[in-house]
Amino acid sequence: MSTKTAVTRKPVAAEPKTLYRKIWDSHVIDELEDGTCLLYVDRQLIYEGAIPAFAGLKAANRAVRRPAATVAMADHMVGTWIGTPQSDAVNNFVDTLSDNCADAGIEYLGLDDERRGIVHVVGPEQGITQPGLVMVCPDSHTSSHGALGALAFGVGASQLEHVLATQTILQRPVPTMRLLLRGQLSAPVAAKDVILAVIGRIGVDGATGHALEFAGPIIDQLDIPGRLTLCNMAIEAGARYATIAPDDVTFDWLRTAPRSPRGADWDRAEAFWRTLRTDDGAVFDRDITIDLGDLSPQVSWGTAPDMVVGIDDRVPDPDSAPDADKAAAWRRALDYMDLRPGTAITDIAVDRVFIGSCTNSRLEDLRAAADVVRGRTIADHVTAIVVPGSGLVKKAAEAEGLDTIFLEAGFEWRSPGCSMCFANPNEVVGPQQRCASTSNRNFENRQGPGARTHLVSPAMAAAAGIAGRFVDVREMH
Amino acid sequence: MQPFITLTAIAAPLPWGDVNTDDIFPAAALKKSGSGTAMMTDRKAMGANAFRQHRFHPDGTPNPDFPLNQSPYDRSQILVTGRNFGCGSSREMAVWALVGIGLRCIIAPSFADIFYSNCVTNGLLPVTLPDDQVSLVMSVITGQPGTELVVDLDTQTVTCPGKGQFEFTIGSYHRHLLRHGLDEIGATLQRVEAIDNYEARYFEERPWALPTTR
Repeated sequence: MSTKTAVTRKPVAAEPKTLYRKIWDSHVIDELEDGTCLLYVDRQLIYEGAIPAFAGLKAANRAVRRPAATVAMADHMVGTWIGTPQSDAVNNFVDTLSDNCADAGIEYLGLDDERRGIVHVVGPEQGITQPGLVMVCPDSHTSSHGALGALAFGVGASQLEHVLATQTILQRPVPTMRLLLRGQLSAPVAAKDVILAVIGRIGVDGATGHALEFAGPIIDQLDIPGRLTLCNMAIEAGARYATIAPDDVTFDWLRTAPRSPRGADWDRAEAFWRTLRTDDGAVFDRDITIDLGDLSPQVSWGTAPDMVVGIDDRVPDPDSAPDADKAAAWRRALDYMDLRPGTAITDIAVDRVFIGSCTNSRLEDLRAAADVVRGRTIADHVTAIVVPGSGLVKKAAEAEGLDTIFLEAGFEWRSPGCSMCFANPNEVVGPQQRCASTSNRNFENRQGPGARTHLVSPAMAAAAGIAGRFVDVREMH
Repeated sequence: MQPFITLTAIAAPLPWGDVNTDDIFPAAALKKSGSGTAMMTDRKAMGANAFRQHRFHPDGTPNPDFPLNQSPYDRSQILVTGRNFGCGSSREMAVWALVGIGLRCIIAPSFADIFYSNCVTNGLLPVTLPDDQVSLVMSVITGQPGTELVVDLDTQTVTCPGKGQFEFTIGSYHRHLLRHGLDEIGATLQRVEAIDNYEARYFEERPWALPTTR
């Protein structure tokens, strides 16, 4: 059968296409005057952030067009203490979401459902996320799902309302950008170090307004959890979409996922998925090669994800910033972070450790942290938590005894949720406290009013918890 | 949604780059309200949270150093700011909060994608001008507080007294939505037949793409 753009109104183009363009073209229902397209949306993942969209639908007396295209679960607001009941405020969010879903006939994974977790962990884990699909979620880290070859992007609540009502979205095609990543990765250096280093090089608006495709030897070395970490943080460089062409690593991951196609459907799907790659000769608007060489573990020092250096480096001097605007931003960041230029990263002490979030809460992340923690204990002045990304991740980790390793070392072991990634009603880093965090944003006040966030990999966060300051985890292995 | 045609208003300077949506609408704001879901859905109540951790000290008193707290900038309907405005979280509350303090237009060298879309959806006009023009406008409104800019969506121009008129571009679809204050969902629902036809063909060709609840 044809796997080209047979379902679009446009003629099949003979020229080589990017992966992005292939998915885009096959989802165009209609094209408006200025290139804006009415795009079909396959699936949406929703959480508490969808509540305003349901309120909007109700106010306009509109129905959800295709309830089966949506899967819902609470993740952002839920408290993650095991055995502690949810607060009234949390229940207000959770119950409203659950009621909204029941009214619309949308599948809702309840708080006690072991499949529940952070939407960006659950989608790929369940096989809801698949190559070639257009997916949305009212969360910026929806770019994650591009790791499996989906065209996935975050939307606002009003846009989600549009998707729920029409199963479409209006978008203009954007310029393309390929990041060819060269270098060698060896544990404990991880995908998180790769993406922090990349954002450090291209900047927090280095991919703004672009459809980004990751490619190259580094990608070939990454498993799906690592690729998810990469695409997850592509939004921190401003990318509208991030994609990685699906390959055998992807198909092996999906083959055992509960919601993947089965039998003859799988065979047809896989044959199609294998066509989802950028054609030889396709031209990107921007084509950038970054050689990461022998990458060292990365640590962010400032209040934007591009303010990052290697563990063996020092806090930079604003006088060395590339321009006056950056210099001003660096000064503000150093002031907020209470750091002085020239301070060795290994001289920065931490108060808190957070291992979790849609960036780094998969089983492989927890294993990497546990490898560092095993047989050690956290520093006296540090409090540390581990928050698995889903109920199934938690269960698998416990089956391997990872929870025991963390608990014996002095970490708290939690139930799934977004937790301390942002200052939600339950989980905050205290004012002026410094947190080694595996999350994705080190913005001012992100983890709580006055909180100081340093972004690192799970292994580096674990090492910082044990040493009480940042250390090169390679020296602890 | 209020149509945007032309606006003559005071502009406030916020000379920072990479202002993120946590800056604009801190998530911690959600816990301050009695009912969290009301905080997410009551768009009219969001203004109090705009730039909260910059506008107010931890004890709740206004921070006099923040431009939007200073007269005459506290009457601004236009914000002039740095590149990559609105990066970070997709939270639409950020736009509702800005609308809630009376802003109708933001001028910057660049915007984050999701934020830009959220602006258009809510009738807040995002104007992209080159760095040097934004700097020029910024210097005028900083040097002569209370200067009124004229933003015209039909001619796609920003007029800055003494400095001339600057043209900006915006997609014609977005301009149409803003110009008429359109309900985008209502417009799309007019195309329901095209969506039905597409959907039928799509799943006939890709039966495996049908969602399952396994």
